Amino acid sequence: MTGGQETFTFNAENVEKAKDVLAKYPEGWQESAVMPLLDLAQRQNQGWLPKAAMDFVADMLGMPPIRVYEVATFYTMYNTKPVGKHHVQVCTNLPCWLRGSDEITGQCKKSLGIDFGMTTEDGMFTLSEAECLGACVNAPMIQIGDDYFEDLDASSTKSILDELKNGASPKPGSRTGRHTCEPAGGLTSLTGKDKDAGGK
Amino acid sequence: MTIDGVEIEVEAGLTVLQACELAGKEIPRFCFHERLSIAGNCRMCLVHMERAPKPIASCAMPVAEGMVIKTDTDEVRKMRRGVMEFLLINHPLDCPICDQGGECDLQDQAMGYGTDRGRFQDNKRAVKDKELGPLIKTIMTRCIHCTRCIRFATEIAGVEELGATGRGENMEVGTYVEKALTSELSGNMIDLCPVGALTSKPYAYTARSWELKNTESIDVLDALGCNIRVDTRGPEVMRVLPRLNEDVNEEWISDKTRFACDGLKRQRLDKPFVRRNGKLEAATWDEAFAAIAEQLKGKDGKSIAAIAGDLADCESMTALKDLMAKLGSPHTDCRQDGAKLDPSLRAGYLFNTTIAGIEAADACLLIGTNPRLEAPVLNARLRKRSVQGGFPVAVVGGVTGADVDLTYTTQYLGDGAEVLKSIAAGRHDFAKVLKAANRPMLILGQGALAREDGDVILGLARQIAENRGMIDGKNGWNGFNVLHTAAARVGGLDLGFVPGKGGLDTLGILGAAQNGKIGTVFLLGADEIDTDRLGDAFVIYQGHHGDRGAHRADVVLPGAAYTEKNATFVNTEGRVQQTSLATFPPGDAREDWTIIRALSGVLGTALPYDTLKAVRGRLVEVNAAFMNLGEVTPAPWGAFGKDGETSAAPFRCPIDNFYMTDPISRASLTMAQCADMRVGETGKTGTDG
Repeated sequence: MTGGQETFTFNAENVEKAKDVLAKYPEGWQESAVMPLLDLAQRQNQGWLPKAAMDFVADMLGMPPIRVYEVATFYTMYNTKPVGKHHVQVCTNLPCWLRGSDEITGQCKKSLGIDFGMTTEDGMFTLSEAECLGACVNAPMIQIGDDYFEDLDASSTKSILDELKNGASPKPGSRTGRHTCEPAGGLTSLTGKDKDAGGK
Repeated sequence: MTIDGVEIEVEAGLTVLQACELAGKEIPRFCFHERLSIAGNCRMCLVHMERAPKPIASCAMPVAEGMVIKTDTDEVRKMRRGVMEFLLINHPLDCPICDQGGECDLQDQAMGYGTDRGRFQDNKRAVKDKELGPLIKTIMTRCIHCTRCIRFATEIAGVEELGATGRGENMEVGTYVEKALTSELSGNMIDLCPVGALTSKPYAYTARSWELKNTESIDVLDALGCNIRVDTRGPEVMRVLPRLNEDVNEEWISDKTRFACDGLKRQRLDKPFVRRNGKLEAATWDEAFAAIAEQLKGKDGKSIAAIAGDLADCESMTALKDLMAKLGSPHTDCRQDGAKLDPSLRAGYLFNTTIAGIEAADACLLIGTNPRLEAPVLNARLRKRSVQGGFPVAVVGGVTGADVDLTYTTQYLGDGAEVLKSIAAGRHDFAKVLKAANRPMLILGQGALAREDGDVILGLARQIAENRGMIDGKNGWNGFNVLHTAAARVGGLDLGFVPGKGGLDTLGILGAAQNGKIGTVFLLGADEIDTDRLGDAFVIYQGHHGDRGAHRADVVLPGAAYTEKNATFVNTEGRVQQTSLATFPPGDAREDWTIIRALSGVLGTALPYDTLKAVRGRLVEVNAAFMNLGEVTPAPWGAFGKDGETSAAPFRCPIDNFYMTDPISRASLTMAQCADMRVGETGKTGTDG
């Protein structure tokens, strides 16, 4: 359950960041910093939290370790098992499903040759099924690392994964070219520069 | 507020569920427990509240003026049936092989709110069992996530080791990493668990609850006198459960109290033994008594001594005391650990504040005691007070060091008498804390008393109590407390089972036995003495286990253990309580006072009581406190203890190994497993206190 890693400490950069995080909370309420610190730890540790990292955070905040384990296992954004370099999370909730997430899922599995919950042998990709990631308006979508890739279909999914395999950095956001979550058919309002309409 | 059409007045701050109870309405619940925080996650206690858009969880809703609650409508029943159906979706149908069967909240409530068939067609979830040590068996698939165990560990026991990991359908209760719980109170989770997820490991698959005979009794494995229920099947004690007593143990008992009962079946003395040619041989009662009579024939009473052990009951102690008086011996002592307790003044050896009184205190000084090991249930009370805030606790010795974890915040002041002197003189910082407190208390442990300078320490503690405002006669506050470790001690002191005029105490008796001045020593269950120091003395051992005392004995008289006799014990507060006979003593063993009564007849010094009632009459005659069963008689304050020099030696905890403190727990396999587990851990975690 805990992987092989025995010890964990923050590197110099994260020690400073942790200080900044802790400074946000009043004296005696340091436990509130558990989530940002776990995030720092996870980023430092190739995207996952070994027990040693959770214990380290618990110790830093003076919390019983079990309270940190509870947090880390509750939130899906913390990984308690090793993940690949690219963590591909496919949203399969209702809006994405209605817009064709099955197709995306199929393409991911085909491109990577793995099923949900697995990691490719080269350690490059981990594929996960995610609950709603809050980008329904751009459904279907996947999250890779910190980036959202939206308005996908099988071919765009394939090209994203291929780019990643080749070491490139695909551009996050919508694949249909629309700007963030503007209407798919282009703007229908707030198109002018009229000051009275509120635009500036 | 109105409940089911009946108007009632209730205190503010109660929950709707409690108000309904007061109104005589039973609300089904799983997660709610009076002594734990409110979780509100089982949803079984739903009721209808007027003007509320949806049903409310009555356990989590505070009462308010003018509330109109309905607990018994079709709508409410339908909602509860819905909740029950959800709970049962993932609950296995293994009641026939479940140890909770017959005393299971889920089973009982499913009779009221369950349906006879399930609509759930998919696979039930399965959860891996957790390893929580040698006491608690887990079958986590049965868990309904009420989180009572988590809240108990966190709030009452003070060991944050259990938690809920994962979420939704993947939520599991456990420790995440595999580890045994490090609480001395962990067994209480078994009682709290409303289903069969946490059950007793030693009791697993041995009996069904409806086969057991319940006997209400008192625990004797520490000095608290926890109220217990002894469950027996035929001649066997199957398990020990707590009984509610708000003044003593609330509804908790320690793991030793609960799990040491398998020691009652092992190493028992079931017939008299007499040493012949250096070997103990089984004998009849007549032969054993004849051997004693032969030994005592023509002996001066002053060459006879008696020491009473930690588990001796008051009836047998008073009988033995009377017998010794008739034989002309002043050498009797019940303080086998050599504690320098002053028997002359009752307030000087009692836990005067009372256990429940701890909740009224606002500062505490622990002297030479580790309550977590000496009295875990009392420690839970200290913790309960501590988490309410405004309760500084300081520790002087009795623990392993400044890093001790008593499950609440403590300040470590030092380990010896010097600190006490400085507090008594008002020089120490903590003296100011005590002075500022309205109801300060101190707890004096046997670790500070069972030493050469124990009487001086006792005097110092009295000074601290008097100088720091712990004795407040006007408000009826007495903050001076002695925490005993032996169930027999206060009873023995109350009965005057101490050296008479010119008599020797335990150490004196051992010394005199060594140099031959005392030729006969009667050990009434005294196993914690250095038996090597008994020299060539003729040793009579009366007790129930083949422990240290019996090994050294020349004559062994088999007595009854606490579950096998109707006996009186006085707890550390001075509360007089009685055990009840749950099973009969094994073989030829007899109730203890009857043995002494029979022996007195053989010796030609017959004691004047033949019935239990008559012996108890004698108890009251010796000390009127024995009249008030179940009550604490406040003891008047006075002078006790001595002035003098103290040694620099640190106060030590009288208990090295919580799981093995007496002949019963030493004979228990379960306790041995616990001890092994802890010894393996102490080096790493230091949580043994």
